[in-house]
Amino acid sequence: MYTFSSKLKTFSFALMIVGLLGVAYGFLSTPSSVEDVKIMLQESHDAHEDTGVATTHDSDNHAEAHSDDTHAEHAYHYLKNKPWSALYVALFFFFMISLATLAFYAIQHASQAGWPVVLFRVMEAITGYLPVGAVLLFVFFVLSSLHMNHLFIWMDADVVSNDELIQNKAGYLNVPFFLLRAVIYIAGWILYRQYSRKLTLAQDNASDNKNYIKLFKSSAAFLVFFLVSESMMSWDWIMSLDPHWFSTLFGWYVFASMIVSAITTIALVSIYLKGKGYLEFVNNSHLHDLAKFMFGFSIFWTYLWFSQFMLIWYADIPEEVTYFVSRFNEYKIPFLGMVVLNFVFPLLVLMNSDFKRVNWFIVCTGIIILIGHYIDIFVMVMPATVGDQWFIGISEISSVMLVLGLFIYVVFTTLTKAPLLAKGNPFIKESEQFHY
Amino acid sequence: MSSHYEAPIRRPLIVGNKSYHDITVEVAAPVEGKANKLWWTVFTIALLAFLWGVGSIMYTIGTGIGVWGLNKTVGWAWDITNFVWWVGIGHAGTLISAVLLLFRQKWRMGINRSAEAMTIFSVVQAGLFPVIHMGRVWNAHFVLPIPNQFGTLWTNFNSPLLWDVFAISTYLSVSLVFWWTGLLPDFAMLRDRAVKPFQKKIYSLLSFGWTGRAKDWQRFEEVSLVLAGLATPLVLSVHTIVSFDFATSVIPGWHTTIFPPYFVAGAVFSGFAMVNTLLIIMRKVSNLEAYITKQHIELMNIVIMITGSIVGCAYITELFIAWYSGVEYEQYAFLNRATGPYWWAYLLMMSCNVFSPQFMWSKKLRQSITFSFIISIVVNIGMWFERFVIIVTSLHRDYLPSSWTMFSPTFVDIGIYVGTIGFFFVLFLLYARTFPVIAQAEVKSILKASGESYKLFRDAGGKNPAPAKIVKSVKPTKEIIKNTSEQKNVLLGSLGAFDKATQTADDLKLISGVGPKLEGILNNIGIYSFDQVSKMTDKEYDLLDSLLDSFKGRAKRDDWAGQAKNLKK
Repeated sequence: MYTFSSKLKTFSFALMIVGLLGVAYGFLSTPSSVEDVKIMLQESHDAHEDTGVATTHDSDNHAEAHSDDTHAEHAYHYLKNKPWSALYVALFFFFMISLATLAFYAIQHASQAGWPVVLFRVMEAITGYLPVGAVLLFVFFVLSSLHMNHLFIWMDADVVSNDELIQNKAGYLNVPFFLLRAVIYIAGWILYRQYSRKLTLAQDNASDNKNYIKLFKSSAAFLVFFLVSESMMSWDWIMSLDPHWFSTLFGWYVFASMIVSAITTIALVSIYLKGKGYLEFVNNSHLHDLAKFMFGFSIFWTYLWFSQFMLIWYADIPEEVTYFVSRFNEYKIPFLGMVVLNFVFPLLVLMNSDFKRVNWFIVCTGIIILIGHYIDIFVMVMPATVGDQWFIGISEISSVMLVLGLFIYVVFTTLTKAPLLAKGNPFIKESEQFHY
Repeated sequence: MSSHYEAPIRRPLIVGNKSYHDITVEVAAPVEGKANKLWWTVFTIALLAFLWGVGSIMYTIGTGIGVWGLNKTVGWAWDITNFVWWVGIGHAGTLISAVLLLFRQKWRMGINRSAEAMTIFSVVQAGLFPVIHMGRVWNAHFVLPIPNQFGTLWTNFNSPLLWDVFAISTYLSVSLVFWWTGLLPDFAMLRDRAVKPFQKKIYSLLSFGWTGRAKDWQRFEEVSLVLAGLATPLVLSVHTIVSFDFATSVIPGWHTTIFPPYFVAGAVFSGFAMVNTLLIIMRKVSNLEAYITKQHIELMNIVIMITGSIVGCAYITELFIAWYSGVEYEQYAFLNRATGPYWWAYLLMMSCNVFSPQFMWSKKLRQSITFSFIISIVVNIGMWFERFVIIVTSLHRDYLPSSWTMFSPTFVDIGIYVGTIGFFFVLFLLYARTFPVIAQAEVKSILKASGESYKLFRDAGGKNPAPAKIVKSVKPTKEIIKNTSEQKNVLLGSLGAFDKATQTADDLKLISGVGPKLEGILNNIGIYSFDQVSKMTDKEYDLLDSLLDSFKGRAKRDDWAGQAKNLKK
């Protein structure tokens, strides 16, 4: 049995407290009116003038004043959204890790994989965050639909009344149906998570394979549900932030980001636990396999990222290309930087099979991959909600700290609930003897 | 690689009580024996179809593309449909040998050789279309960036059609190398067994002097792994690039971002279906049921089911996004597919691709060989229509209603397609008689871990893999000869008795289809010589069948009498 080290527990609480304070600060420091924003913009403008950057605005005073007004109003909405978006990105990021871990776990059961059995309890612990994260996200959506924030602009009746495109989508993009769908997905995922956990615990002391067979069947059923619900979830929760934009690949692209983060997290938690001496049956072949998956899915993510980007760039159809125009113009560094973090770096580091057995290589690459995929989600969400006002500052960092603290707390608490070896699994001996 | 231990829950991949030698003999049998009438019949049909196709191609090139059913609006139809269809089919081979290798799926070993052969032969068919659909075939070399006398005249690297050139040619070459590398130990086996000098010479050339030293094997494994690692992204990128031909365009119904992974999923889907079709026949006619087991068929059905579901999910995604996009052209493209003049093609594609694989959720159905065979053909019909629907329905009605039109193929379109099918089977039939159709070296590597007799022995308490002979005592899998001495006597009466004291027994194993086991059974009955076998007629075949349990109908099918007559000379 695992005992939650008090150090780690303190650390997670510290993260949560500091994160909470930061998030609160983020909410308190948003401008309270458009006027504030104007003053703010003026100040930064003056600062620019002091450094002598651009000084050609005397020529057309009237037009400039007008555009300043609309600009300030946009900036005001964006800045109001900023702490919300920061929190949303963090909540979604950790939630997606646990959801994709669940999918990976189900795939291992359904494919009767022999090697990862010794890692099942680690995966189950990571999916322990799923109910918590899903409920938090749902609360977030309820708050959004109560107009506490303006992330989903199609929830705003004023916007919709002036926008024929969104009106045409109202059959799908409306608050009650959106929340209902969210309830269905979340309920389905939690149901499988709790049921599979119950079955593996029961299998530990069982004399036959009954529970295992049930687990096998329910995993296959879950994967079908997941295939559909994950796509729809990505349309609902992320793609609808840009309600004018659409891409058929989007659901699978989000999935690629999810799965690679999830496998990375499994590897990191396993290495941590092994370092503490809890997983003596996990050898470096198991880690090698996880690292191969990190490597493979990083390339898979890049494949989908590139496919989506290249096809839209190539055809250059205005209604689609705006999505990448805004990202390319205003988010150049994160947008291109994440390709380096998510592709170039893992490609070069994890190519060598010896490196894939060295813990600190996996840990370093893993952290880079996780940062890269945080930025991926960031670049999916932020341009729609905060536009050019983005900045990775106190709100963003403390949101991550808050949710990370919660994630660590929940995951490691779940680890203490069950023995770390799923000993009743029919493939356990194969897994224990696994050597690659 | 992972250890030899295997969980008892896993089912055996080699059924029956096989030894290493049995594997060698049974894999070599089709190559060492003679082709029977059935083979010649099928080969002739395939050859005729191929020649018909050659005629159609020559007619096209000689007369012009106008002999096809294309028109000014629909500039791509059967040509590119067939191209994508054949490329798609080709993907399963690489998938089975490369992706399943990366995922350490042992069941790939029984099927990978034939699947790769299928890849190569179908990529060859696919490769014909980009060339013959050109208006000026003789200028085809202009697609290559070769320095020339036109100064700086160069290819434009922005076109997916040029990427196709690189994708397909790389794919064919890498697959060929991957396949050939795997063949080396097997060719060496055939070389070492060959008795006739000509065969010896040929297989010596083909096997590149493989001697199977430890160092060779070590490098062989490494090369396989590296090639598998390269072939996997290749397989994804090749069909992705094929999908770019459509997805980079601005045509409603073509321009969609899901095409790259969705085409790949469709390729795996149709490719596995084709492997299933071919292997279900091959295991029967080449007597390889012990290596291509029901479990192999079932697992392929599961892959078909999964990829079929992914394809179905993509269809629904496309439909949803078409509505969601609010782009009326896009919406109309899908409305036209479902309710336009080609509704029947759309319906056929939907029912074959989305519904038929869902039957595989039933264990009973996916374990039925007849059902799998039917579904595997249905899937390939559906996947042909998928490409047809994507290409033709998007083209024949797009932005300007004044350019709306219809498409119908001419006999030349059809003739070329039939010709490629013929060519494919010509190649595949020749392959099945000259190549070791099962990677015997690989299959031998899993015999002790996944062979039925070894598994039974372990389950019965044996700790280490035991030699096959001891295993017999654990579970007698020996052919039981029915105690029907009367029938035996009738049979021997018409074939003539064999006196062991005065006559020497022939090596009945030389008859194609007779292995060591069957030879033993025949000897038990009292059949020892070619002379006896050559006297067999339908009556004797039936008698023999009534004495056998699991080799029914084989003697007649393989024409033992005819073979024995030849061997007698």
